[in-house]
Amino acid sequence: MTIIKVLTRLLVAGVAATYLLAAAPASAEEIAVKIGNFTFGPQELKVKAGTTVTWTNEDDIPHTVVSPNAFRSKVLDTDGKYSFTFTTPGTYKYFCSLHPHMTGTVVVEAQTGRL
Amino acid sequence: MTEHDDGMNRRKVLECMTWAGTGVLWTIAGGVPASLGIIDEALAAQQKGFTFLQISDSHMGFDKPANPNVKGTLEEAIARVKALPAKPSFMIHTGDISHLSKPAEFDDADQIISQAGLNVHYVPGEHDLIDEDQGKLYRDRYGRGTKGAGWYSFDDNGVHFIGLVNVVNLKAGGLGNLGNEQLEWLEGDLKSRSSSQPIVVFAHIPLWTVYPEWGWGTEDGARALGYLRRFGSVTVLNGHIHQVMQKVEGNVTFHTARSTAFPQPAPGSAPSPGPLKVPDDKLRGMLGIASVTFKQNEQRLAIIDTPIQN
Repeated sequence: MTIIKVLTRLLVAGVAATYLLAAAPASAEEIAVKIGNFTFGPQELKVKAGTTVTWTNEDDIPHTVVSPNAFRSKVLDTDGKYSFTFTTPGTYKYFCSLHPHMTGTVVVEAQTGRL
Repeated sequence: MTEHDDGMNRRKVLECMTWAGTGVLWTIAGGVPASLGIIDEALAAQQKGFTFLQISDSHMGFDKPANPNVKGTLEEAIARVKALPAKPSFMIHTGDISHLSKPAEFDDADQIISQAGLNVHYVPGEHDLIDEDQGKLYRDRYGRGTKGAGWYSFDDNGVHFIGLVNVVNLKAGGLGNLGNEQLEWLEGDLKSRSSSQPIVVFAHIPLWTVYPEWGWGTEDGARALGYLRRFGSVTVLNGHIHQVMQKVEGNVTFHTARSTAFPQPAPGSAPSPGPLKVPDDKLRGMLGIASVTFKQNEQRLAIIDTPIQN
């Protein structure tokens, strides 16, 4: 019993540690996406979970950054910025809800080889 | 200025060019819209039809290099309207009244446009629905008596006018969008009408595909046009692309109006459809209004696009 308890504790601690590692902004990366000439640049992005992506509108026309069911910016006028921190791995397709031919993708990968 | 009436000769076109205006003046005659040379007062006096104006894309609040004074150019446009020898029946505004849907921008537009002393029928552009509540400000101000996101129809001088909204619920990768609810309403609205009644449809984004690479078209526009096919005279008036374009397909005439705020490049002629910066002395030649005249017993509405300044 005692041995099992100890093992269980170790296991719980191990899981907790893993969880902390994954959740902690161990690599609190920041990545910038430019909105210019009615395009997102880079259009496709691959980031680690925990990364914050900031979009900046450099056009003379307002744009938005919208990923249905994930995130939705307010309207970004010229020089307007919007940031979103990606915590959950997955593929996020997004677009400008005013100019829907403008599309982009953010692929979020789990932290360093886990999952 | 652009002349679209089959019956216009070069001299008349040149006469038109002397009229420095800011909208499309439309005349409807004989059930069919046709463009009218309203410059010439004598000519105007001969017209038995009625005339209405189209203005578009005022973009109140825009202050970038392409035109730092959009209030000034809208005022110039409205001054042209007021100076018309024959008073139009009413005005339609095909959207992007404001640049960022701010109350002060709508206030400025109302204050300037009301000086024309004409009843104005509005449809929203995508710039008019970007307040926090995604269009509440627009609907509170302009949406009375409309359905859904702001569509409606009315009759005037025997012509049936339909204002459509194709700037909401846009889908990633897509174009303008009318949506099923609006299309069903449109089908019902047209059902009991005689095919001989002239129809004028107006909406912000072109209902026909102008240039999909820049989103200049309407995803489900073809379905709307399908409901309109049996009518002998259909005129489709749009804005959004800040330049004059016209296409005739069977009984349907498609037309886009200039902006009163800033020009945009011709399709594919620039890296993006962003505002086109032109030399200051060229700007007013690229902004304008359109007049539409409807004459009895003519196949087509007459549309005349007139720049603020030649």
